[in-house]
This record gives sequence, C-alpha cells and structure tokens, in this order.
Amino acid sequence: MLAIVEEQAQTLMRTAFSTVVREAGDLSAGLFTPRGEMLAQAVTGTPGHVNAMAAAVGQFLQVRPLPQWRAGDVMLTNDPWHGTGHLNDFTVVTPVFVEQRCIALFASTSHIADVGGRGFGPDANDLFEEGLQIPISMLFDAGQLNDTLMAIVRANVRDPVVAEGDLYSLCACNDAGAKALLHLLQDFGLKSLAGIDEHILATSARAMQAQIAQLEAGVYTHQTVIDGYRNPLTLRCAMTISATQIQLDFAGSAGASRFGINVPLPYTQAYASFGVRCVVGGDVPNNAGSLQPIEVLAPAGSLLAAIRPSAVSARHAIGQMLPDLVLGCLAQVIPDRVPAEGASCIWNPVFRGDDFVINPIYNGGTGARAGKDGLATTAFPSGVRTTPTEINEATSPLVTWVKEYRPGSGGAGEFRGGLGQRLEFTHQAAKAFTVSKMFDRIDHPAAGRQGGEPGAPGRVFVITPDGSRVTLKGKGVETVANGARLVLETPGGGGSGDPQARLESARLRDALAGIESTGPADV
Amino acid sequence: MTKVGENRLAVDIGGTFTDLVLEWGGQRYCDKLLTTHQDPALGVMQGIQQLLDTSGARPADIDLLLHGTTLATNALIERRGAVTGLLTTAGHRDVLEMASENRFEQYDVNIDRPIPLVPRHLRLPVVERLNAQGDVLVPLAEDSVAACIPTLRDAGVTSVAIGLLHAYANPAHELRVAEMVHAALPQVSVTTSSAVCPEIREYERFSTACANAYVKPLMARYLRDLEHALQGLGFGCPMLLMTSGGGLTTLAAAREFPIRLVESGPAGGAILAARLAAEHGSDAVLSFDMGGTTAKLCLIDEGQPLVSRAFEVDRSYRFKKGSGLPIRIPVVEMVEIGAGGGSIAAVDALHRIQVGPRSAGSEPGPACYGRGGEQATVTDADLALGKIGEAEFAGGAMRLDHRAALQALAAQVGTPLALEPTMAAVGISETVDENMAAASRAHAAEWGKGVSDRLLVAFGGAAPLHAARLAQILRIQQVLIPANAGVGSAIGFLLAPVRYEVVRSRYMRLSEFDVAMVVELINEMRVEAHQVIDVAAGDAPLVESCNAYMRYQGQGYEIAVSFSASDLATDSPHQILGDAFAAAYAALYGRVIPGQEVEILSWTLALGVEVAKVPALGAPAQELSEESGLDGASTQDLVVTMPGPQHGQALPAPLVQRATLAVGRLLHGPVLIAEPHTTTVVPMGSQVVVQRDGALLINLLDAGDIQHA
Repeated sequence: MLAIVEEQAQTLMRTAFSTVVREAGDLSAGLFTPRGEMLAQAVTGTPGHVNAMAAAVGQFLQVRPLPQWRAGDVMLTNDPWHGTGHLNDFTVVTPVFVEQRCIALFASTSHIADVGGRGFGPDANDLFEEGLQIPISMLFDAGQLNDTLMAIVRANVRDPVVAEGDLYSLCACNDAGAKALLHLLQDFGLKSLAGIDEHILATSARAMQAQIAQLEAGVYTHQTVIDGYRNPLTLRCAMTISATQIQLDFAGSAGASRFGINVPLPYTQAYASFGVRCVVGGDVPNNAGSLQPIEVLAPAGSLLAAIRPSAVSARHAIGQMLPDLVLGCLAQVIPDRVPAEGASCIWNPVFRGDDFVINPIYNGGTGARAGKDGLATTAFPSGVRTTPTEINEATSPLVTWVKEYRPGSGGAGEFRGGLGQRLEFTHQAAKAFTVSKMFDRIDHPAAGRQGGEPGAPGRVFVITPDGSRVTLKGKGVETVANGARLVLETPGGGGSGDPQARLESARLRDALAGIESTGPADV
Repeated sequence: MTKVGENRLAVDIGGTFTDLVLEWGGQRYCDKLLTTHQDPALGVMQGIQQLLDTSGARPADIDLLLHGTTLATNALIERRGAVTGLLTTAGHRDVLEMASENRFEQYDVNIDRPIPLVPRHLRLPVVERLNAQGDVLVPLAEDSVAACIPTLRDAGVTSVAIGLLHAYANPAHELRVAEMVHAALPQVSVTTSSAVCPEIREYERFSTACANAYVKPLMARYLRDLEHALQGLGFGCPMLLMTSGGGLTTLAAAREFPIRLVESGPAGGAILAARLAAEHGSDAVLSFDMGGTTAKLCLIDEGQPLVSRAFEVDRSYRFKKGSGLPIRIPVVEMVEIGAGGGSIAAVDALHRIQVGPRSAGSEPGPACYGRGGEQATVTDADLALGKIGEAEFAGGAMRLDHRAALQALAAQVGTPLALEPTMAAVGISETVDENMAAASRAHAAEWGKGVSDRLLVAFGGAAPLHAARLAQILRIQQVLIPANAGVGSAIGFLLAPVRYEVVRSRYMRLSEFDVAMVVELINEMRVEAHQVIDVAAGDAPLVESCNAYMRYQGQGYEIAVSFSASDLATDSPHQILGDAFAAAYAALYGRVIPGQEVEILSWTLALGVEVAKVPALGAPAQELSEESGLDGASTQDLVVTMPGPQHGQALPAPLVQRATLAVGRLLHGPVLIAEPHTTTVVPMGSQVVVQRDGALLINLLDAGDIQHA
C-alpha cells in the first residue's frame, strides 16, 4: 500500500514545475477510503501537508458526496481551511473506480510558487491580500477540463505557465496512484479495498494506543517563546495522557496576529500530532488510524486556530515550531527519547527580481538526540529537501557564493546540536532584488536539554558595497540594494547533557573537521 | 562478438560466492567458490584453474574473458576505499555532507545520514567560479590549488576528486586543477566530476565523482593483479568488464571510471533474464536473483530491462531510498534487498521474526557451513526444511552441518518464540519470501506495473529454493529456472552486448533548437564512445542510439526521448523530438500539457554491437513424457511452508539429479531437482517440465486458490 502512495509522490516530483516542489519534495500524496479516511501516505510527504490533507478529503466529500463523483472527475482547492493552511498549497482529489464503483480516492498537495497578491510572505493583513482563493471546485468534470477555472488561475498568478503545469502534475500524480492501485488489486485478485482498509486503520489505531498506554498518564505542560512577526509570541501546551489517548490543548497561547503568520487549525493539528508521532509510535504507519488517538485543541480565533479572513501565508513559521513545544511536554514523560530543540522552521526565502522568482529551502541544525549529536542542516519537522545551488543559479541570476556549514553553531553538550549553515548571495548583474523572510530562532535560539547549551541563533544581514553591515529582521519583505550581498545564517540545534561529559573522541572529531562548539556564537 | 571466437570465460565475483562459466568446445563448464575477500584475484585464479582442469582447455584456447565484480560496491559499503580528497569551489566544501538536507524516514528522529566518503578536513577549497552558462565569474586562482597540495600529501591521500560548481557546463577549471594535482602528486589518482558525470545538480555529481575516486586505486590495483595473474597462467586474450548498465567495457575505461562497474553482477543477471524472456516468448518477466547476501528483482518488459541513470549505493537504513550515496551512472533498474542465503534471522521486540539485511557473508557464513557462524541464516532454515540437495551444495565442495544449523535456529529464533527448530525455519523462510514479495510489489508499483501476470525467472544460488513459494505469494503462475541457474549472472556476461554510453548536459529550448550545436555535440560523443567500443567490438557492426532528456519548461525531472542522428539531418528535427517527447510523456503520465514550452537538459549517445533478434524456442509439447519411475532418485523430507492443512509437516519428496532429466520430461511436485550449485524446489500441487534449452518450467497449478492476508 505504501508503494502506491510513494509512486504518487514520485510522479508528482518528476512532473512538478515549481522549483520548490521539484527539487525540494514539498509535496504530499495519500490514499483515502471512500469515507475520506487517510489509509496511507507517501514517505516523501511533509507532515504539514500530509496530516492536514488527512482532514481535507472529508471536506471534499461534504461539498460533493460520494455518489456524485464520476470517473474522470478531479476536484481542486487552495482554501487554507479546507486544504493545508495557505493559498500557495493546491490540493487535488481524484476518485478511483472499479466497475463503476468508487473504491478509493487519491489526494495530493503541492506548493505553487506564486498565487498573486503580495506574494509568498508574512506581510499581508488579511487573506484577500494574499492572492487567489479557489473554493473546492471541479478541475476536470468526467475528464473535461474546466477551462474557466484554469483561465482564472492563469489570470491571477505571476507565473501562469508554472501554475498550470503544477496543476497538471498533481492530476498526473493522482492518476499514477490510481494506476498502481488497480495493478495491486489485480495482483491480489481483489475488486475493492473493503475489509483491507478497516483492517489497516484498526491495526494502526490499536498499535498507536498500545504505545500511548506505555506512557505515564497525567497532565504535562510546557511553554516556549518564539520570535513572532515583530514581537515575541508565547506558545503553551497542556498534554493530557490517558490510557488510550493524548490530548494537546494550546489554550493560553498567543492570540491572532495582524500579519500573515496565523495558523488554520488543520495545520496546527498536523504538526502537533507529528510532534507526538515522531517519538511515540513512529514505527506505526501514518494514517487516520494512528492519528486518531491524538486530539489537538486550540481556541477558535487564536494564533493556532485562525479564522477567516486572517492572513495565513507564512503559517509554517509558527506551525513548524509546534513539535518542539509538544516534545517539551513529552520530555517530562520519556526524557531518554526526546531530542533537544532544533532550528525547526525551514528557512525558505522568496527571492524576486525583475524577471525571476525562486523559493529555495535551507535548514538549520536539529537538536541533539538521545545518545547522538543532532543532524546538521536537516529539515525537521518539515520533510522537505533543499534545492541544489546549480538549479537555483540556472533558474535565477542570483549567485550563491557561500553555502557551507556554520562552525560552532551546534549547541554544546555531551551530545552536540546539529550545525546551521551560512549562505551568501549577490545578483550577477549587481541589480537589486527583494527577499521575503519567514525565519525564526533569531531572538530565541533552540534550547538545550539536560544541561546542554542552546544552539546559535539565526542571523540575517546585508553587506553593502562599501563593506558596512546592516542587520535585517527575521520576517517581512526587504530589498537588497544594487551590488549588496545578503547573508543568511541558519540556527544551530540545542545540545543535550553536560558539555564536560562529551567524549574526547567526539571532541577530536569535531576539532579535525573544524566545527566544534565554542560556547556562545560570536558576532 | 563476431570477430572473437567461441571459447569464452566469464567470472562474477559476488559478496559471498565467485561464479565462473567456461564455454569451450561447444560445452559449458561452471564452478562456484567462496569469494576470497582478502585477495579476490586468488579465488578467481583458483576457480579458473579448476575449470581448466575439468575441461581440459588451455589458457591459450580462450578467446575472450568477461568479468564482473562486486569489489567496488563492497569497498563503498565497507568504507575500505582510498584516502580520498575533494577539491571543490570555495564556499561549498560541505555539499557532500549537507546532501539534500532531508530525512529519508519521517517518523524516526534517530536516523543517521550516510557518512561522506571524503571527511571535511580533506574537502579543500579552490578559488574559482563559473555561472550556470559556464561563463567565468572568478578565474581559477592557481595558488589556491597549490595551497591544497601539502594537506593532501600530509594526509596520505591517494586519490583526489575534483568537483567544481557548473563544471558540467564548462570543464576547463576542473581540467586545469586535475593537471596541477597530477603534476604535483603524480602517484595520486585523479577524477573530475565533469568526466564522470557531466550533469547538473552538484550533490549527485560530486557524490559520483567521489565514489569513483574512492574505489579507483583499489580497482586499478585489483585489475592489474588479475591481468598479471592471467598472463602468468598463459592467457593472452582480451578482457572486457561488465558495467552496471548491462553493457561491456574495456579494461582501460574500467580503470578510469571504476564506478561504472558497481552492481555489474546483477546487471548480468538481468541480461540473462532478458534473453530467456525472448527465448521463451514471454514479454513480461520478473527476474529474481538471490545469492548469498542480497536478492535482486528486476522487471523485464518486451525483452528489455528498465535502464535509468540514478542509483544509490550503500543504503544503510534497511535498504531505504535516500539512505545511501547517490551515483549517477547508467544502471539496470532493479530493487535490491538484504535477503540472501546468508541473511541473518532474529526475533525483534514485538516478537516478530526479522530476516536481514545483515548477512553472515562467506566468513564465517551460515551456521551450517561449520566455520564458526552462530547466527541462524536463511540457508540454515532451508537446510532444516529439506530444501537443499546437500551433496550438490557449492559443487559438493562443502559439507553442511545439520546439527549446527538446528542449534542456531533453536537459539536465535526457536527458543525466544517457543517454537521447534523446524517451525522456526518455516517462519524464517516465510518471512524472507514475504520480504521479497513486498519489495517486488513496491518496485513494480513505482513503475506503474503489476507483477502477477509475469513469468518469474529465477537464478543465483538461493533463488531456485525460494522461487516457487515467492511466485505463490505474488500469484504468479509460472517459474522458469534456467540451466546452470546457480551461476546465472556469469552466464549473463556471456550474453551481454558490447555497449558504451556517453552523457553530456547541454541546455536548450525546443523552440530555439540549435541543430548545428547538437550535431557537433553528437559527433563529439560518438568519437568518445568509439574510443572505448572499438577496442572491445573489433569489426563487429555497431548500432548507435541517442537520447535527449527532455521536460516541460520548469519541471524538475526529465524523461528520455530516443532519436537517431539521421533525424538531425531532416528539415524539422525539433518537430520530430517534440512529437516523440509528447508521446513519451503521455505514455508515462497520462496526459500532455497543451502549448507548454519544452526544454532539453542532457543528451546521451550509446554505441553497441548489433544484437541479433533471439528466436523463440517453442514449448517441448511433442516430447512431453511423464514416466512413473525415477531412476536413481533418493528421497528427502521436505517441509511444507505454504499455509494450509499440511503447514509445517515433513512430506517425503524425491530428490532427482537435474542432469538425468530429458527434454520434455514432466514431474509432479513435491520434488527436489538438484544440480551442482543449487536445488530447485517444486512444491506440492505443481508440476515441472524440462524445456528445450534445459530450463525447468514450473506451473503452479494452485496459485489462483491461495488466500493471502
């Protein structure tokens, strides 16, 4: 079953247009029962998409009940509350028919580089500034393309060729999944998934509950402060562990923001449940069954359960911090399995100039793990990949002069935090360009655990042609002037355990590589 | 191979066994020995000597030697290659280690990324910079290269990879750095990324260059030793090397690009399976090669294995995609999992039997080898189940120890699960077969294909023992076990075409198609291919095939679109390519995208010896004979592993010698058919017929009735 959804994801990646999708794997695919329950996901999927999509298909079935679906239908939305949390993500749902009966649905989501409005970034004050919004609609009606819808999409985005291509890719992705599913059914001599689906979901739910049952029941609370748009934000979590369930309640967290960092509840649920699942029951397949024992609550209208028409474009900058918050609760229950805090939110600047827009993804370090150093420059909790420098330079006039480890950025500890990286960019023709920033852990670095030190905070600055240095904030769009050099330093992960206890061999290894932690990072 | 004669010797060094096949005087002689890891040439020479002794051939009689080896793969997996340095564009020294910045397993926070072949202190910066068009932004600072030399020398580096950004578009800087390194350190091997893999995406290109550099000194030494040893024995014939792409290449090319030799054994197996598919008139085959360490499964449609340009070596996390080192070379597309005769069985925390991916290898090997192995392996289970004709195991060169096998089965699996050793063996056997079935299904699904309607072609020492049960699980109806199944890959080498592929990245929009540039590029690639192929092919007629790697503008991955150089001489070559792309795209993804600009990223040209179409043999229906008596057959207890009323019971099964079975002979299962290097298990409820070419065709009559959870 996993193989089919994997095939879907591979097809999407092979055919997708936007650089972020094709090189970075910022896409997700899943197989759903006719009742709208997610049965399997592709491993390449990123949790924010996968787990949010798990809820989305049910919305599609409400708008168009199962009996109305026909072979060749494809439905589409980018509604942040019915999809995966911001307008850039398009979710496409395709039914699979065997002998005129819909036996399953495939859904896939990918990030489309531009959807009009202000462009991908945190600066809008409401949803309408953020671009084109498409309610759940027919993209193909029994195989017939909805020309009007496609024309509307083309007319409202800055790169219509790419957007149109991406929508076709999503359809191809679902078609590939359907084709593989039909082969598999044939191999098994089956005409539907009836029975199999219930078995998978029930087994997964039971396995997840069994893992939860091994945790000590109780209420565990944790809070953390993150950078926010202009002012720091406090996030709070109360985790209630019972015999068969974990409830996460974010009551008491910050209220809604005036800017585009609000998080629709499905996206909050997606990353909060991932925070549990990455250390509890990680070997249980991710599906509606294994997600069911985790309940996620947040007060409607707050930052973590934003309501229409709040601006939500950069919702990942907040949502991807949630696993660290959840892990802070779990550290009180299973301290020997929980990593220290990491850079957590991806650093995905949007670079725009006269004739180009690119959205590469860069990562900081992950937190030190139980008995192991953190991973250097690795996406966590997001599941995306980085974009090759050569591809960024083939698709834009920017030159990446430096993309290298940032020595000393991993928080010291018996086990060191993962390293961040340093990046330097100029425009080949010395022209100005803009950068849209949605970065965190600049004012609030990743905390260590059990005596480990925090990782180095992130930094953003510009070196002007006269050599002076201008520090930039972590969020918002700014212009990098003619001939200037933009420098990004992604955050390091927190360390774990007393730095004095670090093994001599590990110290020597770091020293030889020139990456040892040297205490608080210098400026 | 029209020029060279009929007397040929093929040698395949695998992780556990070294297989040899000699074709001499119209006869085929085979041998199988344990691989001598300390000095692989030693085992090869022993095997050759044995074959010469058996056949009576003299070294001077041999016209051609064909060789494939897993040596490069093993060196990469075991990190036993050269102390390697990487000279790379300043500001980018961590490309190799930052990789794709992702986690290949989302739900495990404890994963580790593959350890790079070149450590950070040996990744040294060179000041220079090109842009994506290959234009120079910063000229090469030669003093920055000179400054690296002492570090390389002091660290004892014996091989250097050079990987500079955008070198696929312009190799000038890499070539100059290579020249300087060679002048300063003449003993050191040098590999440039632009020669080994001139393709965009720096991580994959540098990874390929470093892997090539890492195995280059070791492979050069091995190939030289082998060449000397062969000459010492009196061999004067040329030697060709099997490549991972399923073609043969020269010794000189193999020394320069040894990375192209990884996985050459499995490629040989795929070629054998493709030939058998043609001979037996099957256009949908699943090839199943199971040796001592791994199982390889490969789809063959219309007689052709799938070929791609992306591959990962050393998938350290349960063979999971993304957990290995990426290598961009032409490869036969297949799935490989840690399921071989030597795979070790254990019981996990959830009381499930797990098999592999760890292997007992050839030293110490399975417990039943009696070489001190204490772990229970698949071979130990097979022995306990009565699946192995013991007298024939490894050509009779090894006596198997039953007691040691049962002890290991009891200690590692039986006792923890409160099972008798025999039932532990059933569990192990079923687990490994289920693992292989799951891998086959996943692989087929990834390519949008099914498995149940295929012919399963099984070879390699362990495959004939497991093939029928695997087929049952996959609902496959027919299994073909070729003659000399135990040494299938080496036989594949004898069938392999001499073929060499060259690749170049050159970006072009289809709407701005530059015919003159493409013609020049193709000519250049043709010259390079000729340099390799002419030595190997002699005066045999050659065929040329070209591919353009095309995509819609802005897509991330390209699809191969084949064309011929003569298309370029027509009035509208871009039209021909555009139409071919649309057709290929529609076939792959279901629909084309109207009005979208198409672009071309890279080009390949392959030259190969013309391969004659293989005629189908036809079934031996006229000669079918079902005799009641089995002359000279002994009887052995065979345990039923298939779920059902007789699950776990030992039933007497005749053990017959394959050599005694005439063409057309039909036997009913259960029966064991033994041959020098393996045993074919024909289960109850199925029948087997000997084909015209000596292959065994098993019909699993009950396959349709079997229920699976």
